[in-house]
Amino acid sequence: MAEIGILHYLIVAALLFVLGVIGVLTRRNVVIVLMSIELILNAVNLNLVAFSRMWGLHGQVFSIFVITDAAAEAAVGLGILIAFFRNKETVNVDEVDLMKW
Amino acid sequence: MQPVATTFFFYMLSSLAVLGGILVITRRNAVHSALALILTLLSVAGLYLMLYAPFVAGVQVILYAGGIMVLFLFVIMLVNLDKSQKEEQFNKIWVLGLLGALGLGALFIGAFLKSARSSDDIFHALLRRPLVTLADNSNTQEIGQMLYQNYLFAFEIASLLLLVAIIGAVVMAKKRAN
Repeated sequence: MAEIGILHYLIVAALLFVLGVIGVLTRRNVVIVLMSIELILNAVNLNLVAFSRMWGLHGQVFSIFVITDAAAEAAVGLGILIAFFRNKETVNVDEVDLMKW
Repeated sequence: MQPVATTFFFYMLSSLAVLGGILVITRRNAVHSALALILTLLSVAGLYLMLYAPFVAGVQVILYAGGIMVLFLFVIMLVNLDKSQKEEQFNKIWVLGLLGALGLGALFIGAFLKSARSSDDIFHALLRRPLVTLADNSNTQEIGQMLYQNYLFAFEIASLLLLVAIIGAVVMAKKRAN
């Protein structure tokens, strides 16, 4: 059985990436914005693993580093969210304007 | 092991992943978004298996679907989202954001398809590169060797990053005593 071409995986990853960008740019809820960032990172990982099909295992190793980054980003982002919610009682991105001039 | 019914599984998993992505960015309730994101993560793990990456697929299931999503659900339970569910879900310039993102996607897919067709493109040569044979029973050993030999420094930096993130998250979420 023939294997699926790399181009197909790249297109799926591009779709996931675009969905993540739409979520980041349009949603107001910080939790969902963070989840959209996870979608973007997953799209990147899918690209890396798809290219590792041609270039050897380097892409898979790098995608593990990206997963590590995603874990660190989620932990810090959610910590900031909790601190912010304690101060302002809201989770909307456009109300985060304490440093706005 | 010889893969079976690759076309069917590829289209099923990728449509589930895209469906989950659409649900993530359209649901009003953040818990529903989190569950849709878990659907996407598991389908992407299936795609990793189809690409001969069982270790990355396992890490995806255990760390992403099991670890990071539990963290998300904890925070969703911790902050009170009832109020924000009744509010407007999309910001004021959402049309602009949507158009920009769709333009970006059209650019991506147009570039992929164009370079897949024209043979004098650099990216075309990249797409047509012959596939390497990845061993399907020693993937984890090979990744481990690569992590501790080629990427030792990056590995140590990653552990430092995780330490900083743990401390940062605790400091950030701690109650200020005043």
